Amino acid sequence: MSDALLSVRDLVVEFPTRKGILTAVDRVSFDISRGEVLGVVGESGAGKSMTGSAIIGLIEPPGHIAGGTISIAGQRIDNLPYEAMRRVRGKRIGMVFQDPLTSLNPIYTIAEQLIETIRTHMDLNERQARDRAIGLLDQVGIPAASRRIDDYPHQFSGGMRQRVVIALALCVEPELIIADEPTTALDVSVQSQIIDVLKRMCADHGTAIMLITHDMGVIAEAADRVVVMYAGRVAEIGAVRDVIKDAKHPYTKGLMGAIPTLMQDSDRLTQIPGTMPRLTDIPPGCAFSKRCPEAFDRCFVEQPDCRPYQGRDVACLLYDEGKPQ
Amino acid sequence: MTDVLVGIENLSRDFDVSKPWLNRVLENEEKKYVTAVNDVSFEIRRGETFALVGESGSGKSTIAKLIVGLIRPTGGQILFDGTNVATRGSASMRQLRSRFQMIFQDPFASLNPRWRVKDIIAEPLRTFGVAEGRAAWEKRVDELLETVGLSAKDGAKYPHEFSGGQRQRVAIARALSAQPEFIVCDEPTSALDVSVQAQILNLMRDLQDEFGLTYLFISHDLSVVRHMASRIGVLYLGRLVEVAEGKTLFRDPKHPYTKMLLDAVPDLEMTGRKRQPVEGEIPNPIDPPSGCTYHPRCRLANDRCRSEVPVLKLHGDTKAACFALEEGRS
Amino acid sequence: MTMDSERLKPPGLWARFFDSDIWYSFTRSKVIMAAAIVTLLIFLGALFAPLIAPHDPFDMASLYLMDSLTPPMWEAGGNPVYPLGTDDQGRDILSAILYGSRISLAVGFASVAFAAILGISLGLLAGYMGGRVDSIIMRIADVQLTFPSILIALLIDGSVRSIFGGIDREQSAFYVLVFSIGLSFWVQYARTVRSSTLVEKDKEYVQAARLIGLHPLRIMASHVLPNVMGPVLVIATINLALAIITEATLSFLGVGIPSTQPSLGTLIRIGNDFLFSGEWWIAAFPGAALAILVLAVNLLGDWLRDALNPRLR
Repeated sequence: MSDALLSVRDLVVEFPTRKGILTAVDRVSFDISRGEVLGVVGESGAGKSMTGSAIIGLIEPPGHIAGGTISIAGQRIDNLPYEAMRRVRGKRIGMVFQDPLTSLNPIYTIAEQLIETIRTHMDLNERQARDRAIGLLDQVGIPAASRRIDDYPHQFSGGMRQRVVIALALCVEPELIIADEPTTALDVSVQSQIIDVLKRMCADHGTAIMLITHDMGVIAEAADRVVVMYAGRVAEIGAVRDVIKDAKHPYTKGLMGAIPTLMQDSDRLTQIPGTMPRLTDIPPGCAFSKRCPEAFDRCFVEQPDCRPYQGRDVACLLYDEGKPQ
Repeated sequence: MTDVLVGIENLSRDFDVSKPWLNRVLENEEKKYVTAVNDVSFEIRRGETFALVGESGSGKSTIAKLIVGLIRPTGGQILFDGTNVATRGSASMRQLRSRFQMIFQDPFASLNPRWRVKDIIAEPLRTFGVAEGRAAWEKRVDELLETVGLSAKDGAKYPHEFSGGQRQRVAIARALSAQPEFIVCDEPTSALDVSVQAQILNLMRDLQDEFGLTYLFISHDLSVVRHMASRIGVLYLGRLVEVAEGKTLFRDPKHPYTKMLLDAVPDLEMTGRKRQPVEGEIPNPIDPPSGCTYHPRCRLANDRCRSEVPVLKLHGDTKAACFALEEGRS
Repeated sequence: MTMDSERLKPPGLWARFFDSDIWYSFTRSKVIMAAAIVTLLIFLGALFAPLIAPHDPFDMASLYLMDSLTPPMWEAGGNPVYPLGTDDQGRDILSAILYGSRISLAVGFASVAFAAILGISLGLLAGYMGGRVDSIIMRIADVQLTFPSILIALLIDGSVRSIFGGIDREQSAFYVLVFSIGLSFWVQYARTVRSSTLVEKDKEYVQAARLIGLHPLRIMASHVLPNVMGPVLVIATINLALAIITEATLSFLGVGIPSTQPSLGTLIRIGNDFLFSGEWWIAAFPGAALAILVLAVNLLGDWLRDALNPRLR
C-alpha cells in the first residue's frame, strides 16, 4: 500500500517501570489512506490512545517508542527531533481530544486561539486569518459564527466547544486528524451531531481521520475501516461492515455480542469471561488465550501474527494454516 | 399485577446556584435556583425494572438521590411501600432504610480505598444487625462474594487490587448485603468497558430473578435501558415527558424528544436507516425555555407549546406530555 | 471467576509496605536515607539519654563548679571527661544536648499532636457539616492566622503566669509551651483537612455510608478521616521541625523551659551570654544539634510530601 497517507509498521511503545518493562503497544501495524476514517477500538488499556500519542510524538516520559516506524506520506516521523516534530504536529496532523474544555485555553477568546494557530502555520494577515476562522466555525456548524468567534470557551456548551476544537484542528488543513474519544464526554444527541461534522470534514477536505474510541456504535456510524486492539496488540483490521457483521477474531465476536442493541430482544448478553489482563501480566502466546472459548494448545505458547483472511487481517491462530483438524 | 412498591408524587427539587452573599450584594443580583426535578410523578411496581433515561441535566441522578434520601425534596413526596420516605428521624425510618440500597456509577469512588472489601460489604449488614457476631457476618460476606462472582478470598483485599468490573461486583455485594427489596442503580455500567458491562448487566438480571429485586435503573444509554427495563420514563430538563412499557417505547415512541433520542443512537446493525439530523442542544437549566421546555428544538411546536406546560396524558398505552400529540398535530 | 481463584493470599502489612511506592522512593534517595538515619539517631539519643549520657546535667550534686567553662576536649585546657566542654555551672554540654533534645522533641511531638487533633477535628466538622458551622470555624481560623505564633505563645505564657501566678514554673512550662505552640499551628491542619473533606464527602463511598443511616460523626471518623490523613502526615512532619524551632525561640526569649531543665533553646540562651567572652562551645554545639535535627526532619517532610503527591510521581 504505497498510497497510504499514514503508515504505522510494527510500532512498539514501552514504559520502563520498577517492576520491569511494560509494553503498552506491541508490534502494531496499519495504514490510513487519504480521506479515510480509520476507527481504532478497544477497551481501556488496550493501547489505542497510546498508539495515537505515539503518532503525534506526545508519549509521556518515561514511555518511548521502542521499535517500528511511523511515516506520513512516505516521510518517517517517529525519529524526528522535537522541533521538527512540533512543526509536523501543527501543520500535517491535527488533534481532537475527549474533553473539549481542557483543549481550549480558557483565558483567550475563540478568535484569538484560532487566529494564532492559523497565523503560526500559514502566511495570512490578521484580517484574512479571521475570515478563515469564521469560515471554519461556520463549516463545523456553529450558528452566528461571526458574532460568537469573540466569545470565550466557557460561553459555549459542550457540543459547541467540541465543534470549536474540530475547527481548531482543521485550521491549517492537516492531512490527518487524530480524534481521541471525541464524543465520549457528550450526550447521545450531541454525539451524533459531532460524528456528522467529522464525516463531512473528511469528505469535503479529503482529510484522513484516525478515530479512537471505545464505542463500537461510533465506529459503525463514522468509520470506513476499523482496527480492533486488545492488550496493546492488533486483533483484527478490516472494513467496518465486515468486522461488525462478521467478526472473525474470537475477541471481536465476543465484543460484538456483549453490546446491547436497540433491535435485539435477548434476555442475556453474551459475555466474555474475565477481564483484559493487566499489561504487567499478559499471558504468553495470544493475549486473549485465557478468555478465549476457542483457544487450543498453540494459542498458549505462540503469539499470532496479523495475517490476511477473507479480505481482512486477523491475528488468530484459528485462521492459520496449521490449524488442528 | 399492579403492586406498587415505590410511588413518586409531584416530586420537585431546586438547587441554590446563587453567588455568595457578598457578590450578590455588590453585583445587585437576585438569588438563583435551578429546578433539577420539576413535578415528577411515577410509580415503580414490585419486581419490575423501571428505567429513567435522559441526557445530562435531565435530573435523573437527582431523582435517584431523592428516592434513597441522600437529599431532601423541595416539594412532593416519595412513598416506599406506602410510607413517606421524606419524614425522617422516625424509628421506622431505620427499618425502612434497610429495605432499599443503591449502586453507584463510579466503582472507583464508591468503595472506601482504605477499607478491606469484606469490611465494605459487611458495613450495611452490621449496621442493620442482619448478622450478629463476627463469624456470622464473615460467613455472609463470603456467600455474597461468591454470589456476585468473586471468590471468598477476595474479601481480605483492598479495592485498588481489583479491576473496574470487579469493583462494581463488590459494590453490588454491598448493596445486597442487608437483603434489600429495592435497588436504585445510578448508571451502574457507564464507567465500564463493553465486555465487562455485559457481565454486570447479566449479573444484575440473575440477582433480580434470584432475590426478587425491584430496580430503578438510571442510564443515558438507550440500548442498555432497552436490555434491562420493563418500563421506561424519559426525562428532559427535570420533567418526565414520556412513560411507557419498554417494548412499546422502542417500537412506537410518542414524544418528539423520545423520537429524536432514539434516532440519535448509533446504528450498530448497519441497517443504513435514514434519520433526521438532531437539532439544537439542551438549553441551560438555569434559564429554561417557557412552556414545554422542548419547544425550541421541536418541529411541531406552536404558540401553545411556547406558553403552556404540557402534562402527562395517556395516548394508547403510553403516557406522554405533548400538546402536538393531544391535538393530533404529529 | 476462575481468574480470581488463582490469586494468592494477600500479602501482610509489612510486605505491602516494602512493596509500596513510598518505600521505593525512600530507598532511591541517599539524602533522605541520611536524613532518616540522623533523625533516628537523635531520637534514640534523646530517648535513651539517661543511659548513654556521660553525666546527669540535672543532678546538682554531681556538678563541680571547678569544672565550669571547660572547653571541648580537643582545645587547650579541655578535659576528655567533658567531650564538648561544660557551661558556667560545670554541666557537660554533650549530656545537656542529649537531655535537651529530649525536652525539645517532647514539646515538639506534644504540640504537634495537640495542634493536629484540634485542627483535624475542626477541619472535619467544618468540611463535612458545611454551612454555619463551617463559616464559624473558618472565620476563627482566619482571625487566628493574623497573629504570629510567637506572639500567641507570649500572650498565653503571660496570661497563664498572671492567672496562675503561684504555680510551679518548672511544672507548668512544658504544658504552657505545648498549648501555645499547638494553638498557633492548628489552623493549617484545619484548612487542609477541610478542603480534602470537601472532596471526599461528595464521593460515592460516603454517600453509600449515609444511605444506610450512619451518624455523621461515625462517617467522619471511619470513612472520611482515613482518606484525608495523607496531607496531614506531611504537615505534621514539617510542623514538628517548626515546633522545635518555636520552642527553641521561646526558650531563648526566656519564656520557655527554665534553665534548671534546659531544652536546646535554653542551652543556646545560656551560651549566648558567653559568646563574646570566648566560650563559644556553650551556644555552638546545642545550636548545631538543633540545626541538624530541624534540617533532617524538614527533609523528611519534603520528601514525604513529594512521595505522597501522585502528581509529582
